[in-house]
Amino acid sequence: MSSSLRDARIWGLAAQFTSPAEICAAAAKARESGYRWFDCHTPFPVHGLDKAMGLPYTILPVIVFFAGMTGTCLAIFLQVFTNALEFNIWAVVPVVGYQFEVSGKPLISAPAFVPVAFELTVLFAALTTVSFMLLLNQLPCLYHPVLKSPKMKRITDDRFMLVIEAKDPNFVRADTESFLESLGPERIVELEP
Amino acid sequence: MSTLPMDHNVDCLSDDPRQRAPLVLGHEQFDTVTSEILRCNEAKRPPLAWTICFVFSVALMTMLMALVGYLIVTGVGVWGNNNPVMWGFPIVNFVFWVGIGHAGTLISAILFLFRQKWRTSINRFAEAMTIFAVICAGLFPGIHIGRVWLAYWLFPIPNQMDMWPQFRSPLLWDVFAVGTYFTVSLLFWYVGLIPDLATMRDRATTKVKAIAYGFFSLGWRGSMRHWHRYERAYLLLAALATPLVLSVHSVVSFDFAVSQLPGWHTTIFPPYFVAGAIFSGFAMVLTLAIPARQMWGLENFITMRHLENMCKIVLLTGSMVGYAYGMEFFIAWYSGEIYESFAFINRAFGQYAWAYWIMVSCNVICPQLFWFKKIRRSPWTMFIITLFVNLGMWFERFVITVTSLANDFLPSSWGWFQPTWVDMLTFLGSFGLFMTLFLLFIRFLPILAISEIKGVMPQANPHAHDHHHDAEDHA
Repeated sequence: MSSSLRDARIWGLAAQFTSPAEICAAAAKARESGYRWFDCHTPFPVHGLDKAMGLPYTILPVIVFFAGMTGTCLAIFLQVFTNALEFNIWAVVPVVGYQFEVSGKPLISAPAFVPVAFELTVLFAALTTVSFMLLLNQLPCLYHPVLKSPKMKRITDDRFMLVIEAKDPNFVRADTESFLESLGPERIVELEP
Repeated sequence: MSTLPMDHNVDCLSDDPRQRAPLVLGHEQFDTVTSEILRCNEAKRPPLAWTICFVFSVALMTMLMALVGYLIVTGVGVWGNNNPVMWGFPIVNFVFWVGIGHAGTLISAILFLFRQKWRTSINRFAEAMTIFAVICAGLFPGIHIGRVWLAYWLFPIPNQMDMWPQFRSPLLWDVFAVGTYFTVSLLFWYVGLIPDLATMRDRATTKVKAIAYGFFSLGWRGSMRHWHRYERAYLLLAALATPLVLSVHSVVSFDFAVSQLPGWHTTIFPPYFVAGAIFSGFAMVLTLAIPARQMWGLENFITMRHLENMCKIVLLTGSMVGYAYGMEFFIAWYSGEIYESFAFINRAFGQYAWAYWIMVSCNVICPQLFWFKKIRRSPWTMFIITLFVNLGMWFERFVITVTSLANDFLPSSWGWFQPTWVDMLTFLGSFGLFMTLFLLFIRFLPILAISEIKGVMPQANPHAHDHHHDAEDHA
């Protein structure tokens, strides 16, 4: 394998399959053959394909957990600060919440602070879930070679594409093409950068 | 009216309990699923029925805007709200619309966690319905506060008066609960839409469509690396939305239950409100789904099985609501509290007895018809029953709000609430807002979750066809 054999004008090669079973088998073979910079494009999440591709488990749930906890802490702080707090910064600047007596309840009424704490936990966690899902996926994406080719239009409809990128160390134009050919695809598409 | 004749031979319910009824009828290929669902979105002209409904809805919405303008310019005196009935139609309508907004997230979140695959055909437009219903709900407390231009006082914003909202008040919990619910429902809906918007982008025939759908699909390309995180995010959202959906109507019920008023101050309120919300929400889903599936020709996706399942949920939650009505009466008698006992006798036989009996007949008796299989399988009968359920659930909120306020402890402070024409037309107008948004949605966005529906077809299972292949691969 030498880099001189690589074609600079090629971003990658795509093999088109017609069924979820074929793409699963193809992805597993691509991985076994040592390819790392490859991806599968499917109209819906194919069950087991992430395992066949050897994808690591996402860190998203951990991030979301901490975001939720941040929401809880912030909500408790907000409520205690606004409804109960009274102190002076360096004994000079007074910081006073809006202390309001309601039917003899204590200013810090823990049970009454639960609903807002819960809602803000969910709000922070949900906003983080979506924003980090997009962030980790590098979306929004304004331009991508896979979306450029009109031959790739059916990845959101009914076709399953295995794409091997040219920057993969194992990518050699002719070899990769014959490897994809050996998987028995419907057709092979060249992707321009 | 319809673009496709109702095919009564299309019956996916099998009487053999060992066999599961299929979720999608008449499709072997994925591409026909896409084109059948998007057929009406991609048609040059919408069906005539859509146009007629849309013109009518926009007219109603315009009326709503005019009435809200009239209210803001004149003051809340244009309503029938008085002392003691300070919470008239605005709060009744708010609770009604928030209740309707519960089915969407229930279907998308709770049924998702329970792996109920039949939800895929109905979740998209149920979620859309949720969002539009919460928009209608948010309108009413917003205009009920009197000085609309001070609505930002609801939020904890630092100000020169050194005043903060009162966090021990359930009314403030409501602001946070409904606000969070709206945001999370919108996120859930939008995340579900991204792959389908990408499908519409790739099938777009005009430049404008390609750019518009392309913009909102964020450059989605169906990458499995993306799908992996996407599915995890969807599961997380479902797990977050499940307690949220149960909390929102509980918090709404706290508005009532935390007060000291007879008829309101009861511990049954949170579960009773949640059951009622799911009941009315599912009824509204059916009310919208039955005409929409006929107008859009979606009988292959929203099958009899889906409608029948929803009927069963309406029956279940309707019975729970009926139980709650009975239990309220029992506790009123059993507690020996004279004010509580009076409040309930007054509801059933007092000056608002007509409203109470409309509520009971629509909410308790009507859904019991769903015990009969014949009724569960006749779409237009269901449609009529669900209209009654919607009506009954509005009257439930009316009965709860108005009777307790009108006749509380002291007979000297009793009153009588009479809605004005502004009250009634504003409520009617909110249906215009709701329907306008819904009709725009079914015209321009995929009404069903295309990628999810493909995912539950038997063809989508990679291990379905060739076990030999599979065995070799793993060997």
